[in-house]
Amino acid sequence: MWMPELPAFVPFFIGALIALVTTGKVRQAVLLITPVLSGLHLLTVPVGTVLSFSFLNFELEVFEVDKLSLLFGYIFHIAAFICMLFALHVKDTLQQVSGLLYAGSAIGAVFAGDLITLFIFWELLAVTSVFLIWARRTERAYIAGLRYLIIQVLSGVVLLVGIVFYAYKHQSINFEFIGLNDTASWLIFIAFGIKCAFPMLHNWLTDAYPEATPTGTVFLSAFTTKVAVYALARAYPGTELLVYIGVIMACFPIFFAVIENDLRRVLAYSMINQIGFMVVGIGIGTALAVNGAVSHAFNDILFKGLLFMSMGAVLHMTGKIDGSRLGGLYKTMPKTAILCMVGAASISAFPLFSGFVSKSMVMSAALNNGYGWAWLLLLFSAAGVFHHAGIKIPYFAFFAHDSGIRTSEPPKNMLFAMSIAAVLCVAIGVYPQALYSLLPFDTGYNPYDATHVLTQTQLLFFSALAFVWLNLKNMYPPELPSVNLDIDWFYRRLFPAILTPFFSLFWSIDRAVRGVFMRGVNGLLGVISRHEPDGILSRTQLSGSMVIWVSILLAVFLILSFW
Amino acid sequence: MDKQNANEKQYLFDNPKNVKRLLYIVYACCAVLVLLEFVIHRHIYHSWEELFGFYPIYGFVGCVVLVLVAKWMRTFLMRDEDYYDKLESKQHPKPANKKQTEAEQAQGGNDVDA
Repeated sequence: MWMPELPAFVPFFIGALIALVTTGKVRQAVLLITPVLSGLHLLTVPVGTVLSFSFLNFELEVFEVDKLSLLFGYIFHIAAFICMLFALHVKDTLQQVSGLLYAGSAIGAVFAGDLITLFIFWELLAVTSVFLIWARRTERAYIAGLRYLIIQVLSGVVLLVGIVFYAYKHQSINFEFIGLNDTASWLIFIAFGIKCAFPMLHNWLTDAYPEATPTGTVFLSAFTTKVAVYALARAYPGTELLVYIGVIMACFPIFFAVIENDLRRVLAYSMINQIGFMVVGIGIGTALAVNGAVSHAFNDILFKGLLFMSMGAVLHMTGKIDGSRLGGLYKTMPKTAILCMVGAASISAFPLFSGFVSKSMVMSAALNNGYGWAWLLLLFSAAGVFHHAGIKIPYFAFFAHDSGIRTSEPPKNMLFAMSIAAVLCVAIGVYPQALYSLLPFDTGYNPYDATHVLTQTQLLFFSALAFVWLNLKNMYPPELPSVNLDIDWFYRRLFPAILTPFFSLFWSIDRAVRGVFMRGVNGLLGVISRHEPDGILSRTQLSGSMVIWVSILLAVFLILSFW
Repeated sequence: MDKQNANEKQYLFDNPKNVKRLLYIVYACCAVLVLLEFVIHRHIYHSWEELFGFYPIYGFVGCVVLVLVAKWMRTFLMRDEDYYDKLESKQHPKPANKKQTEAEQAQGGNDVDA
């Protein structure tokens, strides 16, 4: 097993196979040991390792290691372990096996050296992850999962078409810098953009993630979008369009997050907002900006995972996740509340927490490269993040008005998984050099200068003050049981509303036409199949007339044969 | 519920004094942070930053605008909780198995331990 060329996804697929046929404690051991062993193995794999083989004239590089892919490989292993630990109490073969396969697919995708391998793992990501949504086993989850699967597979199909064009033009399927220049590159860009939740293409995320199981959402939040961020960082760094897209992604979801009632959907919106920062970084494309983007992806997996875990724990223990139905849980879930607040502080980028050391790289790069307007908008959304993810999530779940719910702390494995993520969030915030040494570029960036610490703290505390002021003035929008319309309204409400009358007209015309035809056939059958003496097939015929008909037929044949 | 709470122990924020204290801490931090600007010389990268107290003002105003705009968005985006369910359950008739009651859900383990 200890050979460097062993592709990093293989242990996960083997682990999934073993998990499928084992039960109880053995399976739990397999679930935990798989990411640990695979991660230890990955630590021994040097940069530059390539495993390739030929397939139909193509050189497939199933496993190609460089600093960028290695960074994502490490964090995916950490995330897989934390997710597995968080879900250890679940006794559901479907979730556990698909969880391992899903993590393995994400790891396979980031180590894919060519576009065909990337495409295979791209689709595997979709197919393996949808079971984490369906495993909720509710009607809503089933329908949301179908929508999710359709959009994800669509992304794969667009990617495949792009790859075919790309391979035809460049005579190469190597996965490297592509850049926006022709149809093929645009198709691949859009495929990445769907998985990356670009504006207008984002709704699958906020639609499906909150419908998954309490543990499934934690898996989902870690992998799919980060694979897309990785793919963009590899193929499209320095594409200016990404700056505009990223700024929109960072800004618009925070408005939805403020009025959303389902707290896991709030986190889903906040996830798009965080990915926006990464996309801006990739769009700027300098060493500092790309470093900022990928390190923010690294940190986001940890703190967003931590927030999703704390909300998963709340859902697991209370069966409720709406802000309007929760509150006062700090009384009975104090540990979960504290862990949630560590995640909230990290995503808000408080000094000494992980968000602080990565988000600021993107912000600095925006200023250094003449994107002052982008910097202002990112600063606004950084304040907004604190507002909706940093304050709203802990406040409405654990404090606010007392909902009267009295429960207890979640199972030990959940607390343990959250604690690991929380410790990592603080550790990276306190000692960022450990993370910086893994980054693809060496920029000598130092987040802890007096200006940065002061300005960031000022920004956050006055955002908090705004929250306090709005609450005291009763201007803060209350949590209401509601659904907010988003882009999904088009394909869940408008299109069905237009298409249903159209199809009912179409089907009624179709029914009428077939009715006429069937009446004709039935009439004919009625005539033919009558068995009374005067029925067409039961009349007595003279044998002489038959002889005449035979001779006529023969005569016709004879005449025809002259031609 | 009130009767139950009466027997229950007092928690940290059940006492309004503690809430007040927390708020005073926030106010004090905000004041200190503004005063620190006299002591610490900020590096200026963007012309807006030259304004005294730019970050506190931007953070406060930004968040108030955010909330007010979001509140306004509710007027045309908000629908009933079962807005989509009404539409979609028509196309997908409910499976026969029974629904969990609230009491059952409150037991925890709502992620379908098969």
